Amino acid sequence: MIETHALTKQLGGRTVVSNVTFRCEPGTVTGFLGPNGAGKTTTMRMLVGLSEPDGGTATILGGPYRDLPNPGRRVGILLDASAQHSGRRGREALAVSAQMMGVPARRVDELLALVGLDEAAARKRVGQYSLGMRQRLGFAHALLGDPEVLILDEPANGLDPEGMRWMRGLLRGFADRGGTVLLSSHLLAEVEAVADRMMIIGGGRIRAQGTRAELLTESGTIVEANDLVALDAVLRRAGLTAHVADGDRRLVEAEPDAVARVAMDGGVLLRRLAPAESAGLERLFFELTAGAGALEPQTDPIRPEPAKATS
Amino acid sequence: MSTTTLAVPIRVDAAGVHARPGLGRLVAVELRKMVDTRAGFWLQVAMVAITVVAVIVACVVGDAEDLTLRSVLDVGLQPAAVLLPVTGILLVTSEWSQRTGLITFALVPQRSRVLGAKLLASLVLAVAMLVMSVAVIAAGVLVASPGVDATWSDAAPLIGQAAVYLTTGMVVGVAFGAVLRTSAPAIVSRFALPIAWSAVVSLPFFADIAPWVDTARALGRMSAEVLSPIEWAQAGTALAIWMLLPLLIGIWQITRREVAV
Repeated sequence: MIETHALTKQLGGRTVVSNVTFRCEPGTVTGFLGPNGAGKTTTMRMLVGLSEPDGGTATILGGPYRDLPNPGRRVGILLDASAQHSGRRGREALAVSAQMMGVPARRVDELLALVGLDEAAARKRVGQYSLGMRQRLGFAHALLGDPEVLILDEPANGLDPEGMRWMRGLLRGFADRGGTVLLSSHLLAEVEAVADRMMIIGGGRIRAQGTRAELLTESGTIVEANDLVALDAVLRRAGLTAHVADGDRRLVEAEPDAVARVAMDGGVLLRRLAPAESAGLERLFFELTAGAGALEPQTDPIRPEPAKATS
Repeated sequence: MSTTTLAVPIRVDAAGVHARPGLGRLVAVELRKMVDTRAGFWLQVAMVAITVVAVIVACVVGDAEDLTLRSVLDVGLQPAAVLLPVTGILLVTSEWSQRTGLITFALVPQRSRVLGAKLLASLVLAVAMLVMSVAVIAAGVLVASPGVDATWSDAAPLIGQAAVYLTTGMVVGVAFGAVLRTSAPAIVSRFALPIAWSAVVSLPFFADIAPWVDTARALGRMSAEVLSPIEWAQAGTALAIWMLLPLLIGIWQITRREVAV
């Protein structure tokens, strides 16, 4: 269980995390999505006590992370796979942490096997590792203490498609056994397939969060027409809210049949009419996070800003 | 690496899940970290090898009547005196330069415990290297000495001073590492600053206070002669400035500030 309440952090006079509140339940995988610099890493660092929040609270397994007597045995962390001593051998890097958290040394070998680092790789110095190998070592490290909670920052970075599938299986299995997983990514595709819940962060604020289904319900209808000016005009006349999507498309906040009727009445030829679900999360992710660098007053996070006066 | 292996969780026995790692374990881990990297390993090998070479040279080149414990000790301690602080510096700075602090301080959130373990581990290594140095030096004297009268005179106080010389030098290294947290500047300052400081306080204007604050002078004697009580006092004040002060500043910074790893 991970819980934050109104977590806020300022760095260099800039608010990088603002009023972030969420909850990750046991048995679930939560995807933490946002572009680079959105505040994901800072939030995760506050979760594990490496960074002090300026406001709000973060608790893991019912209390502040720092109060856990032997945190490595309950919370597995992968904040940066490159944060390993380049002159240390892969096996030794795990063995040091195993000794620190009081885990038997043979577990190091079990985990090396689990993440697919063979004997040759285990004997190599971490400085010679590829990004994918470091990521695997990082997974092994996070799982070393047999934790109940996993906190992973951009874990799919550098993994090949096979590794990505492997990671999803691993996280799914971990959650199905009652574990709590929080993983961040700047790529929707990495998270979409495995996450039960998703949070989208932009400019330090949570822009939307919920289950996949919840995030998709308000999607509306995607419409394309050759005569966009006429389309916008009839939609406006009918009182339907439309947003510009991908330049020449419109996302209309209405059911497809309502949009079809308006277009027919207005004599506008549609060349595409579809429920927006297919565009789904990707559009939502893009719209919620694009241009969210600066903090602006938050409206309803699920509903995108209305389109500008159409041209 | 198949998904089927994931269906079977690897359980670890529950003992220790709720037990804070003891200080002894943390010290053992920090000791391990000093020697298990490429740089750390070769530093220790170099320390032993250069000590052996230095002692052999001192025994071969010196005049026969100079072949006393006192004179060989003065030479034979220097390799450890230079390389131990480098090990101590790297023990602290690597948490930042190699970014392993992300792991260390996540596994042990009480940063003061980590620093305490590093200090103790560095003292253990310093004592181990003291034993090594003294053993090599004694062996050299034993083999090469023609047996002049004063060969073994003042052995006990000299070895005691050697212990202070090496351990305090090591702690100064840890302290500089803690203040600067980057390897190269810490190593350079550890060795260059005391020399520059010596030059400054050797100005006539500072003649009265120089012996009390000049660490190079106050500690340099440690390996060469038996110190008088006033010289001990001067070593104490110099160490307060060069060891205690940076150590306290470093601990204060690391425990109070963000771990900007």
